[in-house]
Amino acid sequence: MIIAEQKPLDEIKGLIADAENVLVVGCGTCVTVCFAGGEKEAGILATSLRMTSKLDDAPKEVTHTTVQRQCEWEYIDPLADEISAADVVVSIGCGIGVQAIAERFPDAIVVPGLNTTFLGMPTEQGVWEERCAACGECILGLTCGICPIARCAKQLLNGPCGGSQDGICEIDPDTLCAWQLIYDRLKAQDRLHLLTEIQPAKNWSSSRDGGPRRITREDLRLEAEAAE
Amino acid sequence: MTEAQSNGYKSGSRLERILRDGHFAVTGELGPPQSSNGDVIREKAKILLGYCDAANITDNQTAIVRMSSVGAGTIVVQEGLEPIIQMTCRDRNRLAMQSDLMGAYALGMRNVLCLTGDHQSFGNHPTAKNVHDLDSLQLLQMMVGMRDEKLFQCGDEIKGIEPRFFLGAAANPFGDPFEYRPYRLAKKVEAGADFIQTQLIYNVPRFEEYMEKVHDLGLHEKTYILAGVGPLKSPGMAKYMRDQVPGLDVPDEIVDRMTTATKGIDKEDKKARREAWRSEGIQITIELIQKLRDIEGVCGVHVMAIEWEEAVKPIVEGAGLMPRPEVTALPAASTETGE
Ligand code: SF4
Ligand code: SF4
Repeated sequence: MIIAEQKPLDEIKGLIADAENVLVVGCGTCVTVCFAGGEKEAGILATSLRMTSKLDDAPKEVTHTTVQRQCEWEYIDPLADEISAADVVVSIGCGIGVQAIAERFPDAIVVPGLNTTFLGMPTEQGVWEERCAACGECILGLTCGICPIARCAKQLLNGPCGGSQDGICEIDPDTLCAWQLIYDRLKAQDRLHLLTEIQPAKNWSSSRDGGPRRITREDLRLEAEAAE
Repeated sequence: MTEAQSNGYKSGSRLERILRDGHFAVTGELGPPQSSNGDVIREKAKILLGYCDAANITDNQTAIVRMSSVGAGTIVVQEGLEPIIQMTCRDRNRLAMQSDLMGAYALGMRNVLCLTGDHQSFGNHPTAKNVHDLDSLQLLQMMVGMRDEKLFQCGDEIKGIEPRFFLGAAANPFGDPFEYRPYRLAKKVEAGADFIQTQLIYNVPRFEEYMEKVHDLGLHEKTYILAGVGPLKSPGMAKYMRDQVPGLDVPDEIVDRMTTATKGIDKEDKKARREAWRSEGIQITIELIQKLRDIEGVCGVHVMAIEWEEAVKPIVEGAGLMPRPEVTALPAASTETGE
C-alpha cells in the first residue's frame, strides 16, 4: 500500500495561513491503515489547526470529513458543497488524493497535509518499509521475491556493491542490504545459479523515466468513452 | 577493422602492455582537487611519474564533488603519466557515460575503471538525486560493446573511431556475502573486465582464501588482478578503517603495529610521532606487497595513497619494484589512427 506521514504542523499552518474556512479531508484507504490520514487523523489535525489558530489570535473555522477513497471521482464528488464553502482544502490523502480533488474541483485551493513516502508495508507495529518502486517491469522472479530496485540504495541488478557488511547496507546501520537478503534466500533455496547470470541494462522507459505512465484496457472501457 | 585490433591489443595502453609482457604492474591513485586548479594535478602527476605505470583518476570519490576524472585525466596525459579514468554509475546515465568516454578517448586516455560509486549520502551533496541507470557490470558491457562491436549501448553503429579502452573493474574480497564475492568477480570478468583492482588489503590470509576460490574458477587466467594496498597514516586512521568503513578488514595486529610505532617517543613531540607512524605505515605496505606478490594470480599492486602521493616512491622502492619496466613499442600502426 501507499505509505505516508503527516507534515509538520507548522508547515501545514503556513499552507493555510490566508484562509478563514479550512476543510481537512481524510482518506479511508492506505493512509488510514498507516495511521497518517484517516478519519481519526483528520479529526486530530482539524482540532490542532483550530486551536493553534486561536492561540495565534487568528481563529479559523476548521471542519473535517473523510471519504472512503480520495483517488476515485465517485467518492469525492459528494464533497462538492463542503469544498466550495472552504477557502482551502487540506487533503490528508496521499499525493494522488490531493490531485484527484484538485482535478475534480477546478476552483478549490488544495494543499497536502501529508508527505507521501513510498509503496510498502508494516513490518512490525509502528514500522513501515519500502518494498516496490513501481518500475513497470517487475524482476522479482529473478531475485526470489526481494526487490533490488526499491530496496538496494543503488538499484543494482547484478549483486551487492562493495559496501555490504554483515547484512547491512553501507548507507545506514538500520538498513538491510537487499543483496545479502537475495543471496541468503537463493542459497537456502539452492538457486544461487540465478546470481551468476548477468542482468543486462534495464529498460527504464517503463519506469518514471519514460514520463507519466498510463494504462488503457480496452476490454474494460465503457463503449461511449472508448469511442471518444 | 581498426588498427588497434590488428595490433592485437585491446587499447594498447601502457598498463595493458606491461601486464601482457608479464611484468608485475604498479598503479597509483590521483585524486583531483575540489577546485579548478590544474596545478594541483600537475604536481601530483610529477610525484607519481616513474613510480607507477598508470594512475587512477578518481571520479567524485566518496561522493565529494571534485574536478572531473576526464578533465583531470587530460592534464595527467599532458604530464606524461598514464591515467586510468574512474567512472561511477552514481552520477551519469548511459548517455553521459558514453559521451564522456568518447571524449576521454579522443583526449588520449586509454584505461577506464568501471565503478558503482559510493552512495551520495557519504559525500558533501547528500540531497542529490543519484542515477544508477547502469550498474558497474552493465557499464563494462557497454564499453566492451563500443570497443569490440563498434556499437553504442542502444545497438546503433559507431560510424567512425570507436573508444578503445583497457577496461577495469573493482573487486572487494572482504565485502559480504564473502562466499559470493568470487562469483561476483566472475561476473565482472564475463562482462569483460580486462583487469581488476581490489579493495585495500590488510588481511592477507583472508585474501588468500578468496584467491583460492578465484583459482578454482580459473578467473586469474582470464583477467589481470591487481591487489590494492595503501599506507596507514596513524593508529586513528587504522582504527577508523577497522571499525567504521564498510567492506574493509583491518586486523588488530596492524592496528597494534601502528599504535606501538611511537614507543619511546615523547608524547609532546608531535612531529616525531607523525613521522614514526608514517614510516611504519609505509613499512607495513611494503611487507603486504611482498606477501601479495607471492600469491598466484596477483599480477600487480594498486597503491592507494590518496592525499599522500609522496608515499608511493618509498613504497615502490622498498618493495623492490623499481625501476619500472619499459614497455614494448606498439606495432607501427598506432591506435591513434583509429579506423
Ligand atoms: S522490480 Fe519493479 S515492479 Fe517489481 S517490486 Fe521492484 S520496483 Fe516493484
Ligand atoms: S550495501 Fe547492499 S543494499 Fe546497500 S547499496 Fe550496496 S548492494 Fe545495495
